[in-house]
Formats: sequence, C-alpha cells, structure tokens
Amino acid sequence: MALPYYVSPEQMMQDKAEYAKKGIAKGRSIIVLEYSDGVLLAADNPSASLHKISEVYDNIAFAGAGKYSEFENLRKAGIRHADLTGYMYSREDVSARSLSNAYSQSLGTAFGQEVKPLEVELLVVQVGNNDHPNEIYRISFDGSITDEKAFAVIGGRSEHVQAYLKERSSTPLPALKVALALCHAALEQVANQKLPSEHLEVAVLDRTRNGRKFRRLSVGETRQLIAS
Amino acid sequence: MKNVPLFPHHEGSSFFDFLTCHYPQAAPFHGDVRGGQVAPLLDVPRQAGPSIPFGTTVLAMKYREGVVIAGDRRATEGFQIADRRIEKVFKIDEYSAMAIAGAAGPCIEMARLFQTELEHYEKLEGVQLSCEGKANKLGQMVKANLPMVFQGLVVMPLYVGYDGRRREGRIFKYDITGGRYEESEYHAIGSGGKDARNTIREHFRDGLTEEEALRISLLALYNAADEDVGTGGPDVIRGIYPSAKLAAASGIVDVTDERMRLVYDEMITGRTKRK
Repeated sequence: MALPYYVSPEQMMQDKAEYAKKGIAKGRSIIVLEYSDGVLLAADNPSASLHKISEVYDNIAFAGAGKYSEFENLRKAGIRHADLTGYMYSREDVSARSLSNAYSQSLGTAFGQEVKPLEVELLVVQVGNNDHPNEIYRISFDGSITDEKAFAVIGGRSEHVQAYLKERSSTPLPALKVALALCHAALEQVANQKLPSEHLEVAVLDRTRNGRKFRRLSVGETRQLIAS
Repeated sequence: MKNVPLFPHHEGSSFFDFLTCHYPQAAPFHGDVRGGQVAPLLDVPRQAGPSIPFGTTVLAMKYREGVVIAGDRRATEGFQIADRRIEKVFKIDEYSAMAIAGAAGPCIEMARLFQTELEHYEKLEGVQLSCEGKANKLGQMVKANLPMVFQGLVVMPLYVGYDGRRREGRIFKYDITGGRYEESEYHAIGSGGKDARNTIREHFRDGLTEEEALRISLLALYNAADEDVGTGGPDVIRGIYPSAKLAAASGIVDVTDERMRLVYDEMITGRTKRK
C-alpha cells in the first residue's frame, strides 16, 4: 500500500481556509444594522427570487453569503431546527443563540472533517423585546462565532463595508429610513457603482409587529424609502 | 456526504414528514399501520362499527365576503363535563382556520402541527401554499391518523380558508380516511352537527352579510346545544360564549365575546317573549 503524502495539519487548515475565503470573497455583501424599531437586513442581490435573507422564526432572521446551494441548505436546516424546538417546547423557547451554536458546530465539523469546507458565512439575528437587547451572531466558514453589536457584515469585501459603517454608526439608533440609506450608501461605495433599488434585498425584524416580526420590503417600498 | 453536518438530513418542505421521519416519538400519529401496538386492535371497528363518539358542534358557513367558522366550548368525558371553555376553533395561518371534533388531545395536537406545517412550508419555499394545497395537506394528516381511529381517537377537522386567487371563502370537510370534500354553502360536524345543519338549512341563502351569517351560526349552535348533551350552549352566568372566527380578504378575525354576547342577548330575549 502506498503511503499517503504527508501534509502538516497547519498546512491543511490553511489551505482549506484560503479556499473557503476565496469562495466567499467572490460574492457580494450583506449588512445587518440595528435601527430604532428592530434590525434591518440589506443585501446586494440582483436576483428577485433567490434570496440571501430569510425568516427563521418569530423574531429570528438568517442571512447567508457565499455559495448559494450551501447556505440554502443551512438555512433550511436552521428553519427545521427552529420549528422543531418551537413545536416540542414553546414558541418562546426558540433562540438565536441556540441556532447559532448549532450552525457553529455544524460548520466547524464540516471544516475539520470534509475535504472541501463550506464556502459560507452566516448571520443569525434576533430582535429583542421588553428591554431585551437585539442579538447578532456571525458564523464563519470554520465554525467560529462572533457576537456583534450595532451592525455586522458578511460576504465579499466585508471589511470595507464594516469600516464604512463604523465611521458612520450612531447612537441613539437611527430610524428605518436613515438606516436603509446608510446600508445603501455602504453597499454602493464598496461595489463602486450605482445600486438600483431592484438590486437590493431588504427585510426587517420589526419589534412593533404582532407575532412574526420578519417582513420583506418590496422593491417599491425600498425605492420609496431611499428616495424620500 | 451530508450537506449539513450534525443537523438531521432531510429533503422536502413538510414539517409533518420531517417530524414523523426523524422524531417519530414526538409525532402525535404516524401513518405506519404495521406498528405492533396498533395491529391487534384493527378488528375493533368491525364489532363496534366506526361510531364517532364525540360531543361537539362546530360549523362553517359562507357569507358574501368570506366564511364564518364557529364552535361550542364544551368538552365531555362520558357523562361528565371535562372543560367548559375549551377552544375548538383555531387560527391556522393568516388566511385559514380550522375547527375540530373528536378526542380533544389529538385534535389540539393536529391543529398545532398543522399550524407549524403551513408556516414551515412558507418559510422554506418563500411562498404560501394555495388554499387547495393546504386543504389537501390536512387530508394527508387526517389519513395518517387512521390507525388511531381504530383505538377510538378520532380527529375530524372542518377547514375554512379565504382563497385569495378565487377571491372567495372556501369550506372543506373530511372523513376519517382523509377524504376531502369541498362544501359550497355550509357544513357542521360533531354530535350536534346534524341539529346545527337543520337550523342552517332553514335560514341559509346566498350572499348573506357578515352579521346575518354570524347570527345564523350562533342560532345553529344554540339549537344544537338544545338537542345534544355533548354541545354546550351560551353560559350567561360564567360569561362563556361559543367562539367564532371570520375568514375574509383581510385575514382571520376573532369575533369578540362582547359581540357574541349581544347576539345571544337578543336571541334569548326573543325566545323568552315567545312564551
């Protein structure tokens, strides 16, 4: 039996990370930004039907960047996880923290054990209520998880968008219109071109809504908000 | 290779299938008729006949803008009253509701599972199921419950929805095998169902207003409670009234207790004067 070539673990992990990063860098950016009534999710997405942002549960949303087929699978698995928890226990027992942990474990396992790591980056967002703060978790391709405040960015050139937002983030939290304008400007600046409202995928987790807090903004609504 | 490690690997957009496939112990019923504990009881209905011993009256009736669905609030255990304010009419999603007759536990379980099912589909697929699709899905769930029917645990739903494509309210009734039948005007099920239908038949016409439909529904429930021990009437002393919901273009709306009380007050006053 021929011995397999020896590759040091460091080298292997580095190669995998590089591969995953390259895949993610090809994609466009997605921003999550807290605003006065909840959390805004905005993605540079020319497709009107292939979504990057999705509802997960009553007050939880998901955003995925990178390879569509992979984050779509993760999105579906997340919804199953959330619906199962809600069905077995109660609706209020479904939390972004538990879902993010599950994602983190899953991505970490894939990164360690599979030859090809998943080329995805995820955001799991929960809108807070009754003085409970919003929660934003960013999960990377290797399963590392970060707890973000005020805003978070994933996808290609996310550092640039982050830097742009960091300079302009404000307290108290902006109104929806201002927040959307800020996201729009940040995405345009990084894309280095005009971004028509049809190319923006926008959704909110609005804590003033009853029941399910997630709402997708139509192109018309987005256009109106940006124009006014 | 599993696409998503550590999460159960599953294809398809049905929560019901997901649950029965991966967590059968959590599913209230699953279509596996070969299950050991079910088989020995299969000959029971041949002796007893598939009688449907549930005390309840729930009904649905169309009006000009949609459908009204209503039900009484009584649960019985033999000759005892088990609960005076049980809820038999459930909002399932923004545009549909169901009422149930049968064994209370599995009934409520099915309503909850069906709620999750529709929301699950909507989230995974990004669109809602059509009204017809929802009705068919419910039929499959009733069919999956068939083995439990042989153990006496009947779940019999009455489903209504507002069909946005057709711009009208729709009513679906079922049989224990999951057969699905659409009703064009009204229907009532449960032990007092026949009495309720008799009342509705005398008053129903096409193009009722919302108020008229509600009045006839409550009258039908009142008459059913009058004839059937399994059906509870309005309880003026405790302030318990039947529950009703309206399914129309604007979505599902609860009929408030206050509105129920006014209708019943008028009805009772009218009946008292007749003496």
